[in-house]
Formats: sequence, C-alpha cells, structure tokens
Amino acid sequence: MAMFILRRVGVMILTALCLTFIVFFLTNLYPNLEKLAKTQGNFRMTDEEVASYLGRNGYLQPMPVKYGQWLGVVPGFVIEDQDGVTRGHCISQDTSPEDAPRFCGILQGDWGYSTVFKEDVGHIVGEKLALTGKLMFWVMLLMVPSALILGVLAGMREGSRTDRTLSTVAITTTATPEYVSGVLFIAVFASSAVGLKWFKGTATSAADGATFENFFLPVLTIALYGMGYIARMTRASMAEVMTAQYIRTARLKGVSFPNIVVKHALRNALIAPFTVIMLQFPWLLNGVVIVETLFNYKGFGWTLVQAAGNNDIELLLGVSVISVIVVLVTQLISDIGYVYLNPRISVT
Amino acid sequence: MAKPDYDGPILEIENLSISFFTRLREIPAVMDFSVSVRPGEAVGLVGESGCGKSTVALGVMQDLGVNGRIVGGSVRFKGRDLGEMSSAELRHIRGNEIAMIYQEPMASLNPAMRVGRQLIEVPMIHEGVSEAEARARALEVVRDVKLPDPERILKSYPHQLSGGQQQRIVIAMALMSKPSLLILDEPTTALDVTVEAAVVDLVKGLGEKYGTSMLFISHNLGLVLETCDRICVMYSGEAVETGSVTDVFDKMQHPYTQALFRSIPLPGADKNSRPLKAIPGNFPLPHERPKGCNFGPRCDYFRGGLCDAGDIRMAAIEGDDRHFTRCARFAEIDWHAPIEKSDTTEATAPGKVVLKMDKLKKYYEVAANALFGGGGGTKVVKANETLSFEARESETLAIVGESGCGKSTFAKVLMGLETATEGQILLDNRNIEKTPIEARDTQTVADVQMVFQNPFDTLNPSMTVGRQIMRALEVFGIGASDEERQAEMMRLLDLVKLPREFADRMPRQLSGGQKQRVGIARAFAGGARIVVADEPVSALDVSVQAAVTDLLMEIQRKQKTTLLFISHDLSIVRYLSDRVMVMYLGHVVELGTTDQVFSPPYHPYTEALLSAVPIADTSVEKRHIVLEGDVPSAMNPPPGCPFQTRCRWKSEVPGGLCETEVPPVRDLAPGHQVKCHLSQGMLDRMEPVIKIAAE
Repeated sequence: MAMFILRRVGVMILTALCLTFIVFFLTNLYPNLEKLAKTQGNFRMTDEEVASYLGRNGYLQPMPVKYGQWLGVVPGFVIEDQDGVTRGHCISQDTSPEDAPRFCGILQGDWGYSTVFKEDVGHIVGEKLALTGKLMFWVMLLMVPSALILGVLAGMREGSRTDRTLSTVAITTTATPEYVSGVLFIAVFASSAVGLKWFKGTATSAADGATFENFFLPVLTIALYGMGYIARMTRASMAEVMTAQYIRTARLKGVSFPNIVVKHALRNALIAPFTVIMLQFPWLLNGVVIVETLFNYKGFGWTLVQAAGNNDIELLLGVSVISVIVVLVTQLISDIGYVYLNPRISVT
Repeated sequence: MAKPDYDGPILEIENLSISFFTRLREIPAVMDFSVSVRPGEAVGLVGESGCGKSTVALGVMQDLGVNGRIVGGSVRFKGRDLGEMSSAELRHIRGNEIAMIYQEPMASLNPAMRVGRQLIEVPMIHEGVSEAEARARALEVVRDVKLPDPERILKSYPHQLSGGQQQRIVIAMALMSKPSLLILDEPTTALDVTVEAAVVDLVKGLGEKYGTSMLFISHNLGLVLETCDRICVMYSGEAVETGSVTDVFDKMQHPYTQALFRSIPLPGADKNSRPLKAIPGNFPLPHERPKGCNFGPRCDYFRGGLCDAGDIRMAAIEGDDRHFTRCARFAEIDWHAPIEKSDTTEATAPGKVVLKMDKLKKYYEVAANALFGGGGGTKVVKANETLSFEARESETLAIVGESGCGKSTFAKVLMGLETATEGQILLDNRNIEKTPIEARDTQTVADVQMVFQNPFDTLNPSMTVGRQIMRALEVFGIGASDEERQAEMMRLLDLVKLPREFADRMPRQLSGGQKQRVGIARAFAGGARIVVADEPVSALDVSVQAAVTDLLMEIQRKQKTTLLFISHDLSIVRYLSDRVMVMYLGHVVELGTTDQVFSPPYHPYTEALLSAVPIADTSVEKRHIVLEGDVPSAMNPPPGCPFQTRCRWKSEVPGGLCETEVPPVRDLAPGHQVKCHLSQGMLDRMEPVIKIAAE
C-alpha cells in the first residue's frame, strides 16, 4: 500500500510539473507580457520601453530559466540597472539586495505578487480556497447523501413507479444549468417578484459568517445540478446489482428486502458512483465560477475569473497550481477508496 | 423457531404450470408438471436447455420474477401450499427449510462480502442466534464440506477462492440451517471433472448425514445416475417420464428418453462400428410447440392421428414403482428391439505425418501485479512444457485435461496467436512456431483452422451467415469472382448439412447446433488440413452434440483432415479419437492410442480422470477415486512431478523421488508414453477403472 501511494505521489508530482509548465508557458507568451508591461507602466509605452521594462524585470530570460526561478530551483535573477539600482526576482522593496535569498519560488513559499489585488498570491489563494472549501463542504454534504438515496431508491426496483418518478427528478435537475436554476431560485426565494423573501440573493456576507439564510441558495444551486448526475449513475449501478445472481442467492436465503438492499447490494452498487463522486471535486473547484459570480461569493472560481480577466500572471499560476494539486489529490483518494470498496482490487 | 415434524412427502408438485408474460404473448414454460420428493430421497430433473427444469426450481422457491407466474397446479412443501403463503412465511422457508445450490458459484456469492458474513447470516436470520454461535456453526459446516483452514476461508472474499472451493461455500451456505429440501441447479456444470467428482461425493455424503431430500437438476444423465434415487425427464416444458433411476435407465418407456440415451457416447459406442444416433430436428420454441405430443415431430414412433390428436396424459406403468410416461404408444412399442443398424463406416487408416511438435515450450512472463504495474517483479508461467508428438493425416488426436492444463495455450501457439518460447512446430516439415498469424502465408492460415467452443460468441451478430462464410473464402483467396465464392459457400452449407436458405439468416436466428455448423463451415472454407476443435460440443445440448460430432467425423473422412480435438469430456474422446494425449499443468502425462490410454496401465492422473467421469449406464461398474484439493496454480507449480500433490500412488515410489524430480517420459508400449516414476511392476498391477458388468 505504501509503495502504491509513493508511486502515485511520484506520478502526481510529474503531472503537476507538466501542467504548471503548460500554464506558465501560455501566460508568459510575449503578447501577455506586453499587456502586463503596459498595465504596470503606462498605456502609451513604446515598443522599446516595453522591451526595456520587461528586460529590467527579468521577463525576457529563456522560458525554462524563468520557469525554474518561479518554481524556486534556479537562483532568482539579479540585474543591475543603468541607474545603479539592483533589481532581482527575490528582492522586494524592503529587503536590500545583500539580504535577499538566492532562491525564491513557490517551493520556498513565495508565490509572487498579485497585480489585481495588490497582495501576496499565496495569501489570496489560501483565503479564497478556504472560502470555496466551505462552499464545497456544504454542497457535498447536501449533494452526495441525497443523490445516493435517490439513486438507490430508484434502482432497487427498476421500472417501478418510484423509479420513474425519481428518475424524472434526477434528469430534470441535471438538465438545468446552474445559471438557470440559480436565477430561478433568486427570483422565487429571494426577490420581491414572488414575494417569498426566505433567503438572501447574495452570499457575500457568507464569507464572514455563513448562515442558512445567506448560504443555502448557492449550495442548493450547485448541489442540485451535481445530484442528478450522481443519482443517475447510482441508479444504473444499483439496478444492475439488483439483477445479479448473488442478490437472488440472498433472496432465496430468506433475507428481507430492506436487508438485501442495505447489506448485499449497497456496497457493490457504490463502486461505480464513487469514482463519479470523486470527480465532482475538481468540477466543484472551477465549475462553481458561475454560481460564485451569480451570488457574488468571492471564492476560488471568482478569483480565477478576476485573474484571467486582468492578466494577473502570478495569481493565475497560483490558482492553477492549486487546482492541479486538488484534482490529483482527490483522484488519489478516489483510487485508494476504490480499493476499500471493491475487495477484488488489490494494490499489494 | 422449531421446524414442525412432518412425515408425508417433503415436496409435492401437482400439475404445475408456469408461464412468462411478455408484451406479445404468454409463453408457457412448464406445463402440467408433477413430481413428489419423499424424505431423504434424491430426485433428478433431467432435460436439455430450455426444457423448463430451472423454472420448476424457481417455481418451488416462488421466485419467478416480475414476468413469471404460476398459472395452474400447486406446489406443496410439507403439506402446505407455497403459493398461498405470505412473503414473510416464504422468507421463513427460503434458506431455512428449502435451500438452493446454484450453477455458477462465483456469480452466486456476493463479491464484496466476506464468506464468513454470508454464511453466518443464514442462522442469524432464521433462528435468531447470536453472531458468535452462528460463527461456530459456520466453522463446523465449512469443516463438513471439507475445506482446509476454515478460519482463513471465513475471512476471505469469494474471489480469493478457487471454483471448487466457492461451490463448497455455496453448499455450506445451503446447509447452514439444516434444510429439509435442497435444490441443486446444475451444481457442477461450471467445474472440472475431478472437482465435480469431489463435489458430487460431498453432496451425497452430506445428504446421507443430514437426511436431506434433494431435487437435483442436471443435463448430465451420468451424474443423475450417480446421485439420485428417482429421475424425471423433461422435454419442452413437460415431464415425459418419471420413475426410479433403475427403471428409467434400464426399462425406459418414452421415445425421448430412449433417443437421449442413444445420443450420448456410452462405453462401447464407436465412431465406425457403432455410431451415435442423433435426434433429428430441433427443439421446438415455446410458442411453436406442436399439437399433441411435443416430441412427435422428432419421434421415430410417431403415428399421425394418435400422437397429434390432443393432449397426452401421464400414464402409469404396471408393475413398476411410481413409473409414469407421457407417450400414447408406450404399450405398443417394443422397447427391447435392437437399435436399427445405422451406417457403419470403415476406419480410415492414418496417412503421412503432417504436423510434428518437438519439445515445444510456451512460457509467459507475468507481472506479479498486473493492474498497478511493477513492484513484485515478474513470474514465469510455464503453460506448455516440452510437448512432443506427431499428428497424421485423417487422424483424430484428442487433447484432454482440466482447465489450466495448457491445452488452450497449445492451440494458440499452433494457430499462431502466440509464438513458442522454445522447440519447434513442423507443418509439412516447415517450421511455423515463430511465425505469428499475421506473418503466415494464406495457405498456412487456410490449412490450420479452428472450431471454437462457444458458437454463440464466435459469429459476428450483425452479418448474415452466408456473408461470414464468403468473408472467410475471400481471406483464403478462394474463387475468382463473387459468383464463384457464392457457389462455394452454398457447397459448404451443404457440407455442414444446413439448408441453403440459411445463407441469408442472421446468427441470432440460428440454434446453438446450427451456429456451430456455421463455425465448422467457416473453418473448412479454405480446405483446412488441420482443424483444432476446442471443446466444439461442450456448449451444446446432448441431443445436438451427437449430430455435430458426427458431422465433424464425416467431413474428416471425406477430406482426410487431421483433427486435434481438445476436450475435457472423456466419454466423447473415447468415442471419436484415435489417439489421446492427457495433459496436466502444462505437461503431457500420457500419450497413446485410445485403447492404450483407456485401459491399464494408466498414469495416476488418467486413472483419476477416468473415475471422475459420470457414465449413464447402470451396467458399468466404476472404481471410486476422488482427488483431494485443486489443480495447483500454474504460477506456482509444485516441485518434481506436477501431479505429486494429488497423486494417490506417490507413496509407492521410493525415496520421495516424486517431490524432487520431474519424471522422465517412458515408453510402455509402442506409441504409448507415460510421464511417471512408478515402477513397471506397480503399473502392471493397476486394475481397470471401468468394468462393464456381464449381463
């Protein structure tokens, strides 16, 4: 088991390196840099001024060297200006060039500086991740149990009235995108259009203290969309398991129907949806962009939109690193969980 | 809860009719079926697939699914009508008083539940005992079914056990509550013969120990003879004959029973002098049953106006014990008339050597952990170990062995689907062992062809039969134009005795036997000289088996084909092969002519194999040899002789030679080789396994 995890972690690091390099490469293309120079300096810069600005700030070094510096495995650049000021990757306003460390990349915990928020990227990413984490937690808590219950109830008697009713519900929720259901919920439950002012239409205040009133609508919007999908998967898997011969064995052993479902069918039926559930994590992380924007909840997805829209290279890189790690870690957990659910798979 | 005492018949089925309802129509699966099982009695239910025998079992269990319904008659268990019970009462009976053993043990056990859990559940539900008590009972029952290391078995998952062990667990599960009726639905069909023999032995012993009544469903007449007291023969949803085993086997009173016995290879049958007699025609589909006697259209004794006039009732036979037959003419038919002499043929003399194997070896390297790669290093599986033999023109060489013995690997190497690790295969003195099938020239590919085991999976479901044969002809480069190939395809259909209209049919419209004929036509499309038949009839019903075997023999005689007949069924091997090669764990343990292999001296494995095969003949006396344990894994074979772990003769070899050295190949007689350490004296003292009692 330890060997397996170690190997998977190795593969994960490799994948993370490749993916971040791709993002790094794309964000560091010259047109992007030019735009960056102009937003940081002024918009009427000439091409020469842009080039000298980029040169001064180390942007014109070869791509692998820049990537190495960002990562923290290549010593940060140190450039002496014409006017005698020493600039460097690791030198900030309040450290002198002599005290500055040689390496400063994400490995050293230095994630760079966000040009939009005027703050350390590490700090922003951490804060926003916590906020989205809170959202994700509540979504999962609502979505997974309800989806499983829905799927199991529908699948245990395939073709019955319960099955058809629940399947219709599941298909409807999956077929409704968040920007439709979100808007509908706000109109019905939060605006004066219907008059049911049960919840708040914005979740901004939930960032400081989430209450049922300000947080339920965004959670519900995301959960409903994901729920239908998981419920359909669970239903299909459950329906298949219920026709298996070992279920007949259990039935002819005299096991009662509720016990057949809970003790004999459930574990087998959960094997397939488990993968799908774990795949919801990466989707939640970035797929929540719409809902976070809709409810003005300043989380991870919202940050990503801001960074991308404002050409904030270092923030964008930070966000993608975190996304990559979250995806890979959840998939690792999913594989390990799979081993526990399905005794036929062994990693030793 | 106490089980009430009752001394009448355990199970009485009276005029039971079961139908399945589809949107189109009602499909009667079982009609007017009656049988009764007395305490301690074992009743066999025999018939071909689709005759409704499993439906009867599910009808007894009242578990017919959404579409099935009992439309007439009654099933009474200990005097109480099961059809009128509430679901709670039924639950109490299921698993507690009536237990069932299933055909596929792997599918019948919950893959995600430990074996122990599945076992202790039974008494916990029905008797409300504590978990500790139930576990103690489980240990005892697991010991009863002769599984080694019960503690470990209880902690394992089903996939960690072998097929034989899984079936023992299913049996143990059925015995957990000491039921009064055991229903066994083809309990050994998925198992190897030697494992089957051990399981049958076990079931018989346990039946006697616990006094359980049994309803034994099987298509294998030999097995029923070995296990049952009474037998009920079913055909197309009806019971056609019931009676005690000896009455039905020796004094049969129904034409179907007679035809069934004549179509199975019993000792004494011979492909040339006493060929099998196949039942003509096909099994009727449930909605196409004829009026009157269902067997009428295929019956030799059919008489219009009498047999097709109306429903035929079961009639009792005077003087026998509860012996009934459903035949309108049973009193007039002379049941002792000798079999009409069917065409006998001259044995063809084998010609020149066409195929020669010389010390052929096939090793596989497998990663110890295939799914997650690396880690445990690689292991070598020795699938074939120094195979040497010759096959001649128009000769049938049977390759016999249980699953995992390497017979299919050998077929793959010969076909070129795999290449040999060492040694050579000479086809007409050309080496082909290193040429994969893609690199073989058309002639070689056409020369060496294969008939596959499962005709249901080997035909393309979306192509007509004719098109598939044409395709083979195209590949083999036969015929200059489509018209020529069309004519050739028609000729091939004639050859395999299929009507020419079948060219336009889809495989799904064909029965199993017809599909296998298409498979044979395809194999012979390029005028194959060597045909590897990998269990060609084992997926077919007995009555069809004979016809397909006959067809293979006939084509072989016409075309002087060399037939390599891979099988685990020794009865059919004895019937049709000239020479037999017995394999065990990749080794050829015995090779000789059919007579040499089937009579002493034997290799100890051949001896056990012969003893394990059930024979449906009351006059045959068999020595009872049951092998312990399972076939060892080819990943981890025992040192020395591959068979030493299960050999009953091992103690006769001095110095523990069996455990240290692989025995050399010895010639006992011209053409008869054995791989064994036993001394000549010991071999000479072996007695025949099968004796036909003098009548």
